[in-house]
Amino acid sequence: MNPKQSDRRNFLKNGAALAGLAVGAATTALPAAAETAPDIDELHKYGERSPLVKSVRIGSINNPERHLKDEPVAFGLKSPLQDQVGMITPSSLHFIVSHGYEPPDLDPREHRFLIHGMVDRPLIFTVDDLKRLPSVSRFHFIECHGNSSPGGPGGPERKAVIATAQDTHGFTSCSLWTGVPLSLLLKEAGVQKGATWILAEGADASKHSKSIPIGKALDDAIVAYGMNGEPIRPEQGFPLRLVTPGWQGINNVKWLRRIEVVDEPYMAMMETSRYPSVKLDGKSRWFEFELGPKSVITRPSGGQRLAARGYYEISGLAWSGGGAIRRVEVSADGGRTWKDAQLHDPVAKKAHTRFSAPWTWDGEEAVLQSRCTDDQGTVQPTVAEVAKLWGADVDYLKKTSAIVGDFNAIQPWKVNRDGSVQNALF
Amino acid sequence: MRFSKLLAVGIALLASRAALAQTPSYKGVGRTPTQEEIQTMDISAGPDGKGLPAGQGTAKEGAPLFAAKCAVCHGANAEGAKIGPRLTGGQAEIDSLKTLQPVRTVGGYWPYATSVWDYINRAMPRNQAGTLSPSEVYALTAFILAKSNIIKEDDVMDAKTLPKVQMPNRNGFVPPRYQDVVDEHKRGCKQGVCP
Ligand code: HEC
Repeated sequence: MNPKQSDRRNFLKNGAALAGLAVGAATTALPAAAETAPDIDELHKYGERSPLVKSVRIGSINNPERHLKDEPVAFGLKSPLQDQVGMITPSSLHFIVSHGYEPPDLDPREHRFLIHGMVDRPLIFTVDDLKRLPSVSRFHFIECHGNSSPGGPGGPERKAVIATAQDTHGFTSCSLWTGVPLSLLLKEAGVQKGATWILAEGADASKHSKSIPIGKALDDAIVAYGMNGEPIRPEQGFPLRLVTPGWQGINNVKWLRRIEVVDEPYMAMMETSRYPSVKLDGKSRWFEFELGPKSVITRPSGGQRLAARGYYEISGLAWSGGGAIRRVEVSADGGRTWKDAQLHDPVAKKAHTRFSAPWTWDGEEAVLQSRCTDDQGTVQPTVAEVAKLWGADVDYLKKTSAIVGDFNAIQPWKVNRDGSVQNALF
Repeated sequence: MRFSKLLAVGIALLASRAALAQTPSYKGVGRTPTQEEIQTMDISAGPDGKGLPAGQGTAKEGAPLFAAKCAVCHGANAEGAKIGPRLTGGQAEIDSLKTLQPVRTVGGYWPYATSVWDYINRAMPRNQAGTLSPSEVYALTAFILAKSNIIKEDDVMDAKTLPKVQMPNRNGFVPPRYQDVVDEHKRGCKQGVCP
């Protein structure tokens, strides 16, 4: 299946083909209008947004031309945070990182999900089996560990003065995930003594696999089949995805087909080669899981322009892998003074939380930034504090070509006198 | 009067709830997989060799396979090409990890040789995965390791020898023992820095 073909286009094509057939077969020609006009009811069966709304995901080093030439796409697509309201990401705009692999063409009637390894009773489920079991629906963000990193393949566009919130922070999204708690399934299978990890595996062309400590599996992980009220989108794991709330995106295995209960991490390619963070001492930190508190102002943000002086609502998103967002502070003077922002319901654990604060622009230069605190009391750090954690200075963060994993520093936006807004990270 | 009415209602409620209140049994939801089903789906190999199948191969045997199936993307000597990354490496790459341009390759970065077998077996050749026999995967793994001077051309790689191969960057990870990962996480360590 080519995911780039919309259902509507498919319908139009099929409709045209059918009309053609009808004309060919019928002895009397149909009126011209009936041949070409799509069935209005058919068009309304699955709604589409106004053609005037143009907000789309953009590729990060993912040059579609390379893809057309059958070359692998290096990374993925970022979500347009600056255009979104509320705390849910529309499913059509959820960010994608799948290391260049297209979604596999999975039929939920054929798809099987296996739990085996160090369990008393190995079990195999169909998607319908899972839907018979007690379900939960929870708001959770999923974020790539490389999101907002100043280094790495997407570094130049993230650091650019003209960067938008999509360029800087677009590898995070929030959905209402519905499914069965993994703890329930593991209890049914009977986890044996000595089991310490699980290995989760997808059905994509690379059979992506990821080791996860069993504590997380028994805590709040979900074997999800629903996303924002409908089946998970193919590019997000249809028909099943493992959701590991608050943990680096790579653990949220899409197209989930197997969980093996084991007694050690399996040292899969992504966890030993791609996702450890290399620091200047030459040592790599592997198996980092939980994402720290992070926030970003999405309005006004990079690339936007304030039309005139006067009142604006500052609005943004805050989230933390440590729990719920407890507080967001906003500064309009580059961090000299801070004011508490208002948190908008729902304020859910390990979910995007919408915040807002009133602001009146006096026409002078201003630097807007937000800082969040989660319910563990962890405060979003400054760039200097992140550098310290890395045993480096800010210059290193500016210059490294490596991904700075879990980079959650405060994001400043500079408002110029002409109303233009630009990225002021460094 | 009032009390007994309440009691009656209470008892009726309790009775009608009983069926729902019992700890439900999910027996019959899902089924026991056959041994064969598990075997076909279970493709993973762990760092101590768990899951590695029978079969064997040397770098010499891997050379023609690599030329036929991998070189187009990874270069004739696994040095990397337009599409596929470089696979070879050693001390120079390990030294690069301390710079602003760290280079990670199979030979110069990966801590376990079993991961190479596991990854080729599950994911390569890209978009034709699952077409190689276990012995072919051993031979291709041997080819990449030999090109990085980690093993010799004639060393036989199989389920016993592969887990014993010492990868040059094996000690480049924090925490050094994966057994400590869970504990460090519980203590709230971040990026190797513990509170
Ligand atoms: C169509 C091109 C293509 C072919 C053919 C191909 N590869 Fe790859 N290979 C890639 C790409 C692209 C990656 C990087 C994957 C990623 O980053 O997710 C890769 C990654 C790898 C890696 C992991 C490297 C790393 O550092 O992460 C190994 C090992 C590997 N290939 C081995 C092989 C072998 C052995 C063959 C032949 C059987 C082969 N490849 C055939 C494109 C290819």
